Formats: sequence, structure tokens, C-alpha cells
Amino acid sequence: MILSRRMLIGGLAALPAVARAADYAVAPVPVADGIWMVHGADAPIEADNGGAIANIAIIDTPAGTVLCDCGPSLRYAHALRRVAEQLTGKPLVRVYATHLHPDHGLGIAAFDPAIVVALPGMIDALREQGQGFSDAMYRLLGDWMRGTDLILPGRPIATDSEDFGGRRLKLLALSGHSSADLALVDSKTGLMIGGDLIFHDRAPSTPTAALTAWRASLDRLKAERHGGVIPGHGPFDPDGTAAIDQTRDWIDWIEDALTQAVKSGLDMVEAGEMPIPDRFSTMAVARYEYQRSVSHLYPGLEAKLLPRIDIQG
Amino acid sequence: MKGMTALLLTLLAAPAAQAQGGYPADPLGSPMWTAHARTLFGDDPVQFDNRVKVDFPPIAENQRAFPVAIDARGIEGVKRIILFADLNPIPVAIDYRPKGAEPYLATRIKLDQRTPVRGAVQLASGAWLVSGGWIDAAGGGCSTPPVSRVKGDWAEYLGEIRGQAWPLPGDEAKLRLSFRHPMDTGLVANIATYHLEELTVKTQAGRILGEMEIWASVAEDPAITLIPAARAGDVLAIEARDTNGRDYRATVTVTKQTPMAAAR
Repeated sequence: MILSRRMLIGGLAALPAVARAADYAVAPVPVADGIWMVHGADAPIEADNGGAIANIAIIDTPAGTVLCDCGPSLRYAHALRRVAEQLTGKPLVRVYATHLHPDHGLGIAAFDPAIVVALPGMIDALREQGQGFSDAMYRLLGDWMRGTDLILPGRPIATDSEDFGGRRLKLLALSGHSSADLALVDSKTGLMIGGDLIFHDRAPSTPTAALTAWRASLDRLKAERHGGVIPGHGPFDPDGTAAIDQTRDWIDWIEDALTQAVKSGLDMVEAGEMPIPDRFSTMAVARYEYQRSVSHLYPGLEAKLLPRIDIQG
Repeated sequence: MKGMTALLLTLLAAPAAQAQGGYPADPLGSPMWTAHARTLFGDDPVQFDNRVKVDFPPIAENQRAFPVAIDARGIEGVKRIILFADLNPIPVAIDYRPKGAEPYLATRIKLDQRTPVRGAVQLASGAWLVSGGWIDAAGGGCSTPPVSRVKGDWAEYLGEIRGQAWPLPGDEAKLRLSFRHPMDTGLVANIATYHLEELTVKTQAGRILGEMEIWASVAEDPAITLIPAARAGDVLAIEARDTNGRDYRATVTVTKQTPMAAAR
């Protein structure tokens, strides 16, 4: 290839943007007494956001700083820790990894594994699928991921709560968004941290979903006494039920719509182009996540719904 | 020297749009365009034509099973449809001859890297019309083992065929087929090439409505959608064969219901 002058100028103009992109802006917002939320970009994982799309909770306890999830990369997690410890004035004592997805948890590479805990099923799933997720993140994000190794949480969660000098966090072992999803409720304020079981005005993602289990988990979360909700993605839900209801509405709609599509003979390309109901117009990246869900769910629905037609022998 | 002169004359005579080899310049700028055009189209005339609708999602969520539909129903007299991805190690996925069927084909293919995905249709005159677009993809769709090989259960399901046919307006039917098959590419260590290679759709009386050759770049458990000429209640006979010579047979009765206008 011969480099033209125009390409050269274009290349130079692009450089400062790349340099700026090297730092994550971690901006916690208080959502309850001693709890802050870092709102991830309501977007796909892409170079523009460095993969910082997941929400993160910072909790100030008498025993020290607690994090729920820690972002996509080593660089992000270092920045997060700096900001969190500044905010509370206390050292980091615990990191919960809610589930195996890389936008929430690859940053655990930045911490002593001894303080990182997750559900046993999450650790198994990460052991099995983590390298694939890590490879995909490096492919999408390049330099943002530099130095981020796949590290497993140091200890499986074996209790249904954990006490931090009097501030008790209730630990709910659920599933459905993945094979093991952790949700937490703060005893002091009633604030619920839903992990990716709860999305809010940002379309839910389904790469490892089991929808029946997900519905059961949403029922469980709704029944649990709680105040506001920090969803896995999207804005804080002060009401505490809107995000749960919306997540349920979306996964119900997806399953119904795709079931109907298979039954009426739509090919997978056509199914991906079906209209999305107006009531989801407030959801960011709805078409994007819907298209992904078609890819995740359609072959399975075909295998279930299309009748056998082969002639044996 | 004589050849040189001839070449110069050819170059001078060629219209601006004609690139090397007599094929039109590729709007997708693919490094493999000329090589594939030479193999697939030979000396037949070729032009790019957006009436060949090559439809696929904007993201390749799963590089092992990427859905693609080619719809050339806006073009008269289509005899053949080829679905291919320039940068796949097995570029051609399906070579379809709709004989008593609409020029429409949908399936799922593997993607081994970012690549153009194209549909080429041939008219009775021999001329080819081509269209398509780029799709970005994580690597390895062709060179990672199929899920059923990893699970080890592929042989238990081999031979399973699912399908259904729905009547469309105009005495046509939407036929959806899905075969259980590992569709081994031969690019995974210690697993030889093994894939469905022929598929024919016939009337009950044995008249061929459509036939195709299939390559291992079609996704595991091939899913294929066609639009043969058939009315509600008609029986369609499906015959397929894989590279081990195993035969697959199925029949589908077109569902007795009002033709669906909405389902294209």
C-alpha cells in the first residue's frame, strides 16, 4: 500500500484521541448512605468506552471499602480502587464479582485474590469460559486491556451474608443471566445491587442466559425487601421495582417474539429485523441486544419447535 | 511480444470500471475479489447489482453461525445462486439451483475472520449479478471444533431433520429445514472433513424444485430456508447426502392454512 498525504494527515489527527482514550473516568455518584454507583456507558463494549459499560457499587463500611464488580480491565480496576479509597478514606477489604461476564469482572486481576469472592458456580464458569471472554475483550479493546490476566476469585461464597464491622451485606445466590448470579442487599439502607439480573433503560444481554431461571430470580428479587436498585447496566432505580419489571418484560417479550417467529416460518435474518415494541423505546442499545439475543436463542427454539420430519432407515 | 500488444490493447479498450481480469472493480475492495471471480465466474459477464439483496445482521455475535439471506426475487430468470465469503478458507457455502423455486436462500455460515459476504446470481444468459457487504468477526469460525464434537454427542443426533413449510401467496411455500450435522471443515486437528454436500427438494412425484451443493463453511447443524413452488397440503420430498455417502430423507407437508402475506 502507498501512503497518501491525506491518509497521513488523517492518521495524525487521530493520534490525540487515542492518547486521551488511555484513561478511564471513574465518577461515583452517591445513591444511599455510604453507597456510590459508578454508571457505566449504556453502550456496547467498544474502543470508545474501553469496555467500561457495567455499573459498579462502592460501599463504605466500618471495616473498609467494599466493591461490587470492578470493571473490564486492570487499568480500570486500578483507577476504581484509587477513587473508591479516596472517597471512603479506608482501604479496600472486599471485592464481589457478581457473575462471569468480562465487563464486570476481568478487573479482579488488579487485586489480591484473597479479598475477591464469588459464587462457586461463577468461579467454575469463569475457569471454563474466562479465557474466551478475555480473548474477545483484547480483540475489541486492544490497549485498554494491557496487562489484564484472567485471575479467578480467591474464595467461593459459602454464606448468605457477610458482616463488615456492623454493616451486614445479604448475599443472594441466584442464576438466569448466567449460571451463577450474585445479588446483594445492604442491611443498613435496604439498597439492592442486582448485578446483571437487573437492567434498567438499557437492553438486557443474553449470551449465557437461561430465561426460566432468570424469571425465577427476578421474582425472588422483587419479593426481597429492598429500597433502590443499582442495576447491572443503566441508571439507578430509586423506586426499586421499575428496573426489575422492565427486565422481566423484555425477556418475556424476547422469548414470545422469537417463539412466534419460529412458528410462523421466519428465517433468523428476518427474525432479527422484527419491530421492537414502542414501550422499549427508552432502552439504550435495544436493537443491538435484540440481534444478539436472536443469535443466542433462535437455534435452540428451532430445535424445540420445528417438528421432526426425517424418514428413518 | 504479440501477447504484450494484445494485453495493451485490452487495457486500452477496457472501460474505466473494468478492473484487472475483465471483472468490474470491487466496491468492497476485497483482496480476493479477482481470484474468486476467476474461479466462480470464469469468462461469463459479471456486474454488481443491488437488486441481489444480501441481508445479514450488522454484528457477527457468533462467528460459528452467522445468518445470511440472499433474495433475488426482484430479478427475472435467475438460474443459480452462490453464497460465498471472500476471506473464509472455504469461501463458497452454498451453490443453489432453484428450478421450481424462487431465487431466495437463507442459511447460517461460519466466519473465519472479517470478510465480505456475497451473493452471486446467474441468469439464463450466463451473466452474473453480484452484491454483498463486509462483516466484522472474531476469528476461528472455521477452525474451532463444532459444539457437538466438544460435547461428543454428534453421532447420537446425526440424521435428525426438522422442518416445516408454510404457504405463501402465489402458490409458493416457505420451507425451513434444519439438519443435525457436525459440518467438520477439516481445519480442526484430527477431525477429517465431513459435511452435508448435496440437498434436493422435490415434489412428491419426483420433480426437482431446487438442488444445491453445500460446503463445510455452512454452520454446524445446517439451517436452510427456501421458497419452492408448492401449495397448502402439498408434500415436499427432501433428499440429502453427506461426504461419507450417508443419505438423508424427509418429507414435509405444506401446512394447511391461509397463505401468510406478512412472511414475505
